[in-house]
Amino acid sequence: MLSRIVRRLGLGLGIVFVVVTLTFILISLAPGDPARLWVGPGAGQEELDAARRALGLDRPVFVRYVIWLADFARGQWGTSLAQQRPVLRVIADALPHTLLLSVSSLLVTYLFGLLIGVVQAMKRRSLLDTGLTVGTLLIYGMPAYWLAIMLVLVFAYGAARFDWPVWLQFPALGVAGLDADFLGPWDRFADRVRHLTLPLATLGAIGAAGTARFVRSSVLDVRGQEFVRTARAKGLPPTRVELRHVLRNALLPVVTLLGLSLPALFSGTVFVEVIFAWPGVGRVMVDAVGARDYPVVMATTAIFAVLVIVGNLLADLLYAVADPRLRGTTR
Amino acid sequence: MSGFRVLLRDGRAAAGLVILTGFGVLALLAPLLAPADPLAQHDVLATRFLAPFTEGPDGVRYWLGTDAFGRDVFSRLLYGARISLAVGLLSVAVSVLLGTLIGVLAAALGGVTERGLMAVTDAALAMPRIVLLLALVTLWEPSLTLVVLVLGFTGWMPVARLARAEAKGVLQRPYVEAARASGIGRGRLVWRHVLPNATAAVMVAAALGVGNAIMLEAGLSFLGLGIPAPAPSWGNMIASGREALVNAPWVATFPGLAVAATVIATSLIGDGARDVLDPRTRERSATI
Repeated sequence: MLSRIVRRLGLGLGIVFVVVTLTFILISLAPGDPARLWVGPGAGQEELDAARRALGLDRPVFVRYVIWLADFARGQWGTSLAQQRPVLRVIADALPHTLLLSVSSLLVTYLFGLLIGVVQAMKRRSLLDTGLTVGTLLIYGMPAYWLAIMLVLVFAYGAARFDWPVWLQFPALGVAGLDADFLGPWDRFADRVRHLTLPLATLGAIGAAGTARFVRSSVLDVRGQEFVRTARAKGLPPTRVELRHVLRNALLPVVTLLGLSLPALFSGTVFVEVIFAWPGVGRVMVDAVGARDYPVVMATTAIFAVLVIVGNLLADLLYAVADPRLRGTTR
Repeated sequence: MSGFRVLLRDGRAAAGLVILTGFGVLALLAPLLAPADPLAQHDVLATRFLAPFTEGPDGVRYWLGTDAFGRDVFSRLLYGARISLAVGLLSVAVSVLLGTLIGVLAAALGGVTERGLMAVTDAALAMPRIVLLLALVTLWEPSLTLVVLVLGFTGWMPVARLARAEAKGVLQRPYVEAARASGIGRGRLVWRHVLPNATAAVMVAAALGVGNAIMLEAGLSFLGLGIPAPAPSWGNMIASGREALVNAPWVATFPGLAVAATVIATSLIGDGARDVLDPRTRERSATI
């Protein structure tokens, strides 16, 4: 088991290396001169040369790559061109917000996704199953940014206009209210939860819909297999068959799905952060793209790669917990 | 063609194909169907944010209302379908070409080349696609061509993996053995025997990619990094509607529904195709 983890860690580092290298190549290929961006359009040739030297752009590409890689590995990620503060600081401010949003939406996704999918499989071909199938397909097809806007329309603007009860009205922007600093600890927590609700509902609904579709077919697949028939034939009570034999085996591919769905989750996070003014890594990246702030673009790209890889590693560990065959093997 | 007919027998796939074909026809006939010029701005103050079904001062009926510049949302939706569908199809074509090339090459060459190509594929697959798109879009000016290329170059990875798996399966078949024994070169073997037999599953996967590509195009346009205004694309229509959400919710609602319908249609086709293909794949994996 340990050697498996070490091997996966090595593989993960390799992937981060490839991603970082690809990003460097792309940015080197980009038309336009970063030094020009640095000094501004009015600067003379001398200033431009000075900036080029300061940024190390007068060196050959390969030398720049090695230097940049060494800096990157040591955590010296440079200075944001747009914000004029260390990139590491920018990332450190944004990362907790992204983690809060993505981890909580993963919980919602799997809690509701499993519940709905299992209920559908148990009540197969019932009216409930059909209804849920249509419902999950509809939600699954919605773009995250559009669902987010529609939720804002209903639960922020609509709720306020039609005087819905306060507990059904949610803020559409930011992580906390303007008056958050003046609230007591309990009210401050409630304020944060209210701000989290709509972004979380967007990501959670789409994630849960996709998961439910997957869980339903996974459970039905396992149910049709011979060991389940054997378990029934030898007279086990139905609940025991369902829980021990069907669910246990149906959950294995779901754990694999967890690892595979992470890139899609973070893609959704980017949009949701932009719409809800959520100050996370995705929003930082979109702003950096708009401002051609290359150091931040590279750093955020790397951070997303690391997030996906760490997530995959955790999914792997979970897989080992769920499948005893993987424990203790040296594979 | 017979495979297509089998697919049509599945109710879901047929429904999905009907929706997609419908959008395709609407897009093609947009100049005939659109009641107004999608870019035309009349008297902006008199025609902006007209609700759906209202009649404008010039006697034109706006079925889906007008946007902030008094442009007809229905006409823009029709013309937007042209851009969105074109981007979806073209970018998927790029992904399929690239992915098939890489996957089949990896399978045919084997060894270090295969491992190297697959390592790059896995690394690219580990990235959230929107992050890759954003990193790429930073570098060039937004344009239709850029969006197609960028979507194509970020969507080839699943195709490559699938193509490699299929090609490896085909390479095991007796007829490939026979062809090899007849002494044809490796290039010809791959071109004539492996490629045609490995592409069926790839095509199905590609069809599913269209919905995803349309959703991502709309996403990029929504962030202001995709199709540049004033050309109507479903994405930048949603983006412009967001600013007027309270007063004119219809501007963002209808293009969003169009995107969702397209994605749902491709998922339906995918569900149907999986069930239709499943017995075949099961049979094949048993024979290898």
